[in-house]
Amino acid sequence: MKFISKSLVSFVLLATSVAFAGGSVWAHNMAGSSMPVHDKPMSGGATPKMASKAYNIEIKDFAFTPKTITVPVGTKITWVNKDEEPHTVVSTTDAFRSRPLDTDEQFSFTFAKPGTYEYFCSVHPRMVATVVVGGSAKKHPMKMDKMN
Amino acid sequence: MEREKLITKNLNSDGVDRRGFLKCMAWAGTGAYCVLSGGVLKSYALGDAMLGGMHKMKGELAFVQISDSHIGFDKAANPDVTATLRQAIAKINALPTPPAFVLHTGDLSQISKPAQFDTLDQTLKDLRTEKIFYVPGEHDVLDDGGGKLYLDRYGKGTMGTGWYSFDKAGAHFIGLVNVVNFKAGGLGRLGHEQIEWLEKDVQHLKSSTPIVVFAHIPLWSVYPDWGWATSDSEQALGYLKRFGSVTVLNGHIHQTMKKVEGNVTFHTAMSTAFPMASPGQGPGPGPIKVPADKLRSVLGVTDVNFIRGWHTLGITDSPLDSSM
Repeated sequence: MKFISKSLVSFVLLATSVAFAGGSVWAHNMAGSSMPVHDKPMSGGATPKMASKAYNIEIKDFAFTPKTITVPVGTKITWVNKDEEPHTVVSTTDAFRSRPLDTDEQFSFTFAKPGTYEYFCSVHPRMVATVVVGGSAKKHPMKMDKMN
Repeated sequence: MEREKLITKNLNSDGVDRRGFLKCMAWAGTGAYCVLSGGVLKSYALGDAMLGGMHKMKGELAFVQISDSHIGFDKAANPDVTATLRQAIAKINALPTPPAFVLHTGDLSQISKPAQFDTLDQTLKDLRTEKIFYVPGEHDVLDDGGGKLYLDRYGKGTMGTGWYSFDKAGAHFIGLVNVVNFKAGGLGRLGHEQIEWLEKDVQHLKSSTPIVVFAHIPLWSVYPDWGWATSDSEQALGYLKRFGSVTVLNGHIHQTMKKVEGNVTFHTAMSTAFPMASPGQGPGPGPIKVPADKLRSVLGVTDVNFIRGWHTLGITDSPLDSSM
């Protein structure tokens, strides 16, 4: 259990410190992120440890950059809106959904489960991107509407 | 300078001179009125001297379309969108005859905050007209309820996500909502329920009834890559095919664009807040900054006139820095 409590403590510390930095917007969006909870220790060997690296995705020029990202289970990803237009970060399977983000506002989500997470901006639905969590998940291009 | 030109060639059985009409529509972009009266299509160049006379003879219905006020936006492209909206209101109030009503084709607010809707309502109180009709833009449905806030304020008498219809001076007006329930990778979307409603709504109208449809996102394919299109509009427009005169008024793209397809005239309006780039001329459909002294030339309102018996509406785009 030592491993779990250490990582949990470090996660809480990280969350707390960022919450102070970001102000009310951050705290608000924190409610949308999920905390990784493990009932048992990770099995030994070469399995990935609880991810401690955070990843940033920039929302700029009506695109998520990087458009596809592969991360270990347990990674926290933070999206930052650098456009002058508001954007949202919405999973196509409702795994996560941000509030509308104004310029410089952020949204974070911690990916506790492996899988391929397609997401888009619900204000500008042509903006699509993918997060691949853990291992080599099958990639398939997202379907775009065409005009008849 | 006055210029009146009668176009009497090619009168169809319904009295519309198609060639003359198309010529008129080309002029409309430079500020011309096209008036069909008694089967004869007349065009007038819009000069200040004409203004009083024009509105006296305009006929039975005049209304104005405004769009994309984006109250709450405060970036470089326009730090004070409430001020430019006030200029648009002053412009409309300066018309010799007040418009019968005003259509707001969406993006009332920047981010659906109650304070932004409040400011809009307060500002529009100065608009001299009997009624303002609204349809939401995608910026107006960003509340937790996914558009409930908009409906609470502006959705009285509407159905579903806020669609409705009404009649004025013998014309049938239809407000559609194509900014809700977006799919990933998608475009504007009307949805099955709304399209079915539309079919029934127009079923019993005579084909000679002028139809005016207004919705936020263009109902024709302007530029799909930037979301400037509606994926299921074709089916909806199919139900309007039989009508002799259909006018589609949209916003969303913050610039004027026109297209004529058979009996259907498509038109998009300028924003009262900030301009956007021409399709493809930039990274995306975001605000673009123009020199401060140019801003009022790229924002504006749209004046629409029609006379009973018309087949086409006179649509005039009016930048804030011009006289209407």
